[in-house]
Amino acid sequence: MSSLVIQDLHVAIGEKEIVKGLSLTINSGEVHAIMGPNGTGKSTLAKVIAGHPDYTVTGGDVLLDGASILEKEADERARAGIFLAFQYPSEIPGVSIANFLRAAQQARMAEGEELDASAYYKRLYAKMDMLKIDRKFTSRSVNEGFSGGEKKRCEILQMAMLEPKFALMDETDSGLDIDALRIVSEGVNTLKGPNLGVLMITHYQRLLNYIVPDFVHVMYDGRIVKSGDKSLALELESKGYDWVKKELVTA
Amino acid sequence: MPTTDTLSNELEPVTIENPVAGIDQTKGDFQYDVTYEFDAGTGLTEKTVDYISAVKKEAPWIREFRQNALKVFRAKPMPTHWATKDLENINFDKIRYYLASGQKPKRTWDEVPDDIKRTFERLGIPEQERKYLAGVEAQFDSEAAYSNIKDIVAKQGVIFVNSTEGLREHPEIFRKFFGKVIPTGDNKFSALNSAVFSGGSFIYVPPGVKVAQPLQAYFRINAENFGQFERTLIIADEGSEVTYMEGCTAPKFSTSTLHSAVVELVALKGAKIQYITVQNWANNVFNLVTKRGVAHEEAEIKWIDCNIGSRLTMKYPGVVLKGRKARGEVISIALANDGQHQDTGAKMIHAADETTSNIVAKSISVGQGRSTYRGVVHIPKHLKGCKNNTECDALLINTNSRTDTYPAITVRGDRNYVQHEASVSKVNEEMIFYMQQRGLTEGQAMSLAVNGFVNDLARQFPMEYSVELKRLIDLEMEGSVG
Ligand SMILES: Nc1ncnc2c1ncn2[C@@H]1O[C@H](COP(=O)(O)OP(=O)(O)OP(=O)(O)O)[C@@H](O)[C@H]1O
Ligand SMILES: [Mg+2]
Repeated sequence: MSSLVIQDLHVAIGEKEIVKGLSLTINSGEVHAIMGPNGTGKSTLAKVIAGHPDYTVTGGDVLLDGASILEKEADERARAGIFLAFQYPSEIPGVSIANFLRAAQQARMAEGEELDASAYYKRLYAKMDMLKIDRKFTSRSVNEGFSGGEKKRCEILQMAMLEPKFALMDETDSGLDIDALRIVSEGVNTLKGPNLGVLMITHYQRLLNYIVPDFVHVMYDGRIVKSGDKSLALELESKGYDWVKKELVTA
Repeated sequence: MPTTDTLSNELEPVTIENPVAGIDQTKGDFQYDVTYEFDAGTGLTEKTVDYISAVKKEAPWIREFRQNALKVFRAKPMPTHWATKDLENINFDKIRYYLASGQKPKRTWDEVPDDIKRTFERLGIPEQERKYLAGVEAQFDSEAAYSNIKDIVAKQGVIFVNSTEGLREHPEIFRKFFGKVIPTGDNKFSALNSAVFSGGSFIYVPPGVKVAQPLQAYFRINAENFGQFERTLIIADEGSEVTYMEGCTAPKFSTSTLHSAVVELVALKGAKIQYITVQNWANNVFNLVTKRGVAHEEAEIKWIDCNIGSRLTMKYPGVVLKGRKARGEVISIALANDGQHQDTGAKMIHAADETTSNIVAKSISVGQGRSTYRGVVHIPKHLKGCKNNTECDALLINTNSRTDTYPAITVRGDRNYVQHEASVSKVNEEMIFYMQQRGLTEGQAMSLAVNGFVNDLARQFPMEYSVELKRLIDLEMEGSVG
């Protein structure tokens, strides 16, 4: 049982504050969804937790299993079990998916220990089958020339291979066609379980029909302004964000 | 056989103190005590040249060749009107021009002294690989310490010896081509090499013989202020094929070291030569190398050249396309880290109709590292049906890095086809973060990015060399962050 605790987090880029006092606790086994208008800081939140060097934490803390991770490098956080499925995944020319994931897994092993190549490929192929990714993708360079939907699928493939404790999924549903959305969601649902906590950033209720959240949070202007269960997402879908903004003003 | 027999009394064995005692000897930077039986002292005079020639018991024509080269070397100015001024920092008086470990070339592995074996272990050449390779000619300092040509290669009539032995035992084959592809006066450093050369390989492949396994040699510099001047000559007779691989790692020294090799290739009608270099010089080494091949009718010469390390590397492998339908290719990868300057490129001299050449050069500059590409493609007006393709890609790994491209393409006449592409890109920080997010350290991420950048070229290398290249890139990149 693990926990990811975000305590009164403040984040700035340069002089500009983007996250303005955000608190959230995610336990393993739970699925949290964050929704909110464009530019409110959702991706910033996810990247800060993952350790992106561009952002400065100006206040608060992020704890993994009770210990602060803010002093750790991005790669240490990743190896500690934090995974970010990027809204805009990078392309890595000349590095095949198979080699990339192999290096990522090797990086998690003790010095001197060698990855068992045949077991690795077996696992890789099984996960690819689960996500209905063609085998020929293993030799293609990571994300290079991938369609939007292929990139997102590749993110989930990496998540499946790396088995994180906490997955931060930033708009994994955007760019997916109807079939792909179903396949990716089924994939995430198989990975879900008592050992995984999920933070899903999305704009669409549609995804939440497939991956049913335990909690839904509305983020606005750098804060969580409303939390509820899955019905909150439905309410948002019908009423829009203006409803939340009005509530904020009256509060 | 060189050097074990008696020589006059003044040539006493000298023990060189380990010049790197007390400094970090991790990674490729290591050094063992070696008793040098023959030592020409420091500085370069007629006497030095006579000394080297005497130790090698050379024929008079070689001694004359050397003495003449010394004159040419002295007369030639440094090429600083186009090359870097850093060349002026070479102090020719402080360099030791000849050292031999005093061993005969060995035929079997068992006969190789233990400390030399240890050196090979540190170089990371696995035992199986040595067996796999058809002939290993590993150079320990100036002379070959170990050479083993497997029966198959020898049975095919292939001659694979060091330069001393080649000139002494097979003058009828080697004299005809020696110094012809790269004349003594080609440049200041080819003249220097011609005066003091020792070591390097001489290879002759008889007509129609296809050498299945690559022939291999490892070179290192192993004493302070010690210049190494290999001389390699490869002749592939009509319709034959051979691949030669040269790899280098060198210990780190406190003062500058000079390496200046000359490599000449001759591919006769329909022959194919592939020459592969993966080198990792310590970053105080001046590596000034002249490499050129002549490709006769329908022959093919391909240079694959990876330059990592050194203080300054100047190297522009070339092919003279002398016969109809000859093909020339240069595939080069250069990595310039802090304090290093890789000045590399290629020369393609088209001298017959329907000749084709291809140049693909990739450079990586890290920190204060500097990469320069210099290319010459020459297609005279009277030729027809010639083609050249040139591609230069530079990758910059932080804002201080510098890259320059000087492509000189002289194509006259309109019956020839030339294509030139160049790109400069930077390692993208989002990409590094992406990789770190998957658990790779910054160094691992950098080295994966760099390996990705050169991947399409590295794929053309023999397996063990692409593995070695990857390992060298890993070492460079991991040392470069933090
Ligand atoms: N590296 C950066 N440099 C400058 N501004 C930035 C940077 N990253 C984020 N911002 C700004 O911070 C604000 C929040 O951006 P963020 O990407 O976190 O929004 P978001 O909630 O994920 O939006 P969307 O729903 O459109 O993905 C935006 O105004 C954005 O322009
Ligand atoms: Mg976003």
